[in-house]
Amino acid sequence: MKILVCVSVVPDTTTKITFTDNDTVFNRSGVQFIMNPYDELSLTRALELTETTGGSVTVITIGEADTDPIIRKALAMGATDAIRVDASPKDGMYVAAQIAEQAKEYDLVFTGRESIDYNGGQVQGLVAEMLQWPLINVATQIDLENNEVVASRDIDGGREVVKSSLPCVISAQKDLCEPRIPNMRGIMMARSKPLNVVAATDKYDYTKVSKYELPPAKSGVKMIDAENAEQLIDILHNEEKLF
Amino acid sequence: MAVIIYAESDNNTYKKSSLEAITYGKDLANKLGTSTIAISMGTVGPQNLGTYGADVHIHCTDNSLSSFNPQTFANTISTLANNNSGDVFVISQTYNGKSIAPLLAVKQDAALVTGIVDIAETEGAFTVKKTAFSSKAIAHVELTANKKVLSIIPNSYKIEENGTEVSTTEQQVGSASANTTIVSTHKETGKIPLTEAELVVSAGRGLKGAENWHMVEDLANALGAATACSKPVSDMEWRPHSEHVGQTGITIKPNLYIAAGISGAIQHLAGVGSSKVICVINTDPEAPFFKAADYGIVGDAFEVLPRLLKRVKEVKGI
Ligand SMILES: Cc1cc2nc3c(=O)[nH]c(=O)nc-3n(C[C@H](O)[C@H](O)[C@H](O)COP(=O)(O)OP(=O)(O)OC[C@H]3O[C@@H](n4cnc5c(N)ncnc54)[C@H](O)[C@@H]3O)c2cc1C
Ligand SMILES: Cc1cc2nc3c(=O)[nH]c(=O)nc-3n(C[C@H](O)[C@H](O)[C@H](O)COP(=O)(O)OP(=O)(O)OC[C@H]3O[C@@H](n4cnc5c(N)ncnc54)[C@H](O)[C@@H]3O)c2cc1C
Repeated sequence: MKILVCVSVVPDTTTKITFTDNDTVFNRSGVQFIMNPYDELSLTRALELTETTGGSVTVITIGEADTDPIIRKALAMGATDAIRVDASPKDGMYVAAQIAEQAKEYDLVFTGRESIDYNGGQVQGLVAEMLQWPLINVATQIDLENNEVVASRDIDGGREVVKSSLPCVISAQKDLCEPRIPNMRGIMMARSKPLNVVAATDKYDYTKVSKYELPPAKSGVKMIDAENAEQLIDILHNEEKLF
Repeated sequence: MAVIIYAESDNNTYKKSSLEAITYGKDLANKLGTSTIAISMGTVGPQNLGTYGADVHIHCTDNSLSSFNPQTFANTISTLANNNSGDVFVISQTYNGKSIAPLLAVKQDAALVTGIVDIAETEGAFTVKKTAFSSKAIAHVELTANKKVLSIIPNSYKIEENGTEVSTTEQQVGSASANTTIVSTHKETGKIPLTEAELVVSAGRGLKGAENWHMVEDLANALGAATACSKPVSDMEWRPHSEHVGQTGITIKPNLYIAAGISGAIQHLAGVGSSKVICVINTDPEAPFFKAADYGIVGDAFEVLPRLLKRVKEVKGI
């Protein structure tokens, strides 16, 4: 069993988002970067699966050299080796094309449900279609049974259990597992594990961010005395006309 | 040239978010000087899609479409688009929509943008606004390919019902069988799905325990609202995980979000911050959530929630 786990490197969840160059570029200065939380889950699950069935876990990131510390963290968590496609990721389509290019030899591709920076939720579907593999999106449980994948996934207002043959693409949703924390031994071993840097294939140039803006700020909170809490309902009904 | 819209249905009725997508598609088609084709699969709803802006409605009757599979659904839309010169696609970003849109983009060699919150700008470059950095920013994204797939966040666009009714054309598209098998499906019945709810009542650790949630549920029921919760609440299993909103939970954009006993951590706000009206009930006047709120009550949820419930019942006469 060979699993390819896609890892994106994202700003820490508490980051204050600002822009430079006339609001056209995300301001990375002073920002702490982390492994995308959903990718931490898919990596952990991939490790658990290969520990029981045998096999290997390869991590792939499309990014520049500054993503290496996060890739090393993935290796410290237990991944066998890593690929970094040396490019600044332009958009989801571009990233997916790089992953699809590297994925052909694997039995499974794991991604997160979405990357918390650009919130695309698209790379998994794009990769699946580029490879012509089945897609199991937003999975909360992933198991292997007789060379098939059985997964539980979120749907509107509930969950469903789906089965797929291999190879296929699966995206991870919370509840999949508890993210693994690298231990000292893992961190030591990670230093000598292979991190192969490969060149990008130039494909897809279909979208471009022309500008960023911050969401409109709230005009200020109107406080209502707890003694007159009912007033809130009157305002929501009569003024805001919400029900 | 035509704008293709996927009309998703559930329980034999079209999803509200699909009707939003149809109005969105119609407004976009008007800007582009073209017309709209709505495509439905599996079941049809009672609504006439013309009312919402569909110029043509095609319903696909293939047996393979009776249960959801991303590939067969995307194939069907793609085939019909090819037969009808469709080149702009509008999909509502439901769970199913999220799986269909990227597949369709690859099939059509189209530019894809997800998380769209507003109508596209078509003068000059074709540009849309999408949420980024977990609702902490909005990105203006240009789509430079000829074909475009647009995935629209539910509750972002207002439904218009002033179109003329159209008749439904039934078709078999002959799409291949599914490449995944659905083993079982579990749906919460009788509850308003959180992702589609216009009104949401939510609570956090301040409610102290699962046994106190009747206050939240009663208020939600009286309002006709869905219920939600903060992450620790679902982690402690006071509430089902499907109610967890925020950075690592569901992102919602209801017209009303009432938050009781939630501090308003940045990761929580990431999932609810773009709600239209936010009301916060918290004992701590310094709780960060008040800064993101439209209305605030400093007070004990155990006292405030029952008073709100009583007033809602009076106002609604129930
Ligand atoms: C509109 C837009 C503008 C962007 N602008 C920039 C920019 O200016 N600078 C920049 O550096 N990046 C930029 N990106 C790229 C972004 O940082 C991501 O790396 C990538 O494009 C995926 O974003 P997404 O939200 O579409 O991913 P999603 O589709 O949400 O990601 C789903 C999953 O795909 C995998 N994945 C996503 N990205 C990567 C990756 N890079 N490597 C490996 N696996 C990955 C992960 O498993 C992730 O959980 C942009 C993306 C978009 C959509
Ligand atoms: C990577 C990451 C991802 C995360 N993702 C999410 C996410 O998706 N969603 C999420 O919600 N959180 C998320 N969190 C957690 C987040 O940081 C907060 O810890 C969490 O939102 C706090 O939940 P809470 O407001 O219910 O509890 P608390 O922070 O404990 O707040 C309880 C509040 O209730 C008030 N209170 C107490 N008693 C009463 C009473 N009787 N009446 C009224 N008010 C009362 C208190 O004053 C307090 O403000 C994430 C954290 C991390 C690090």
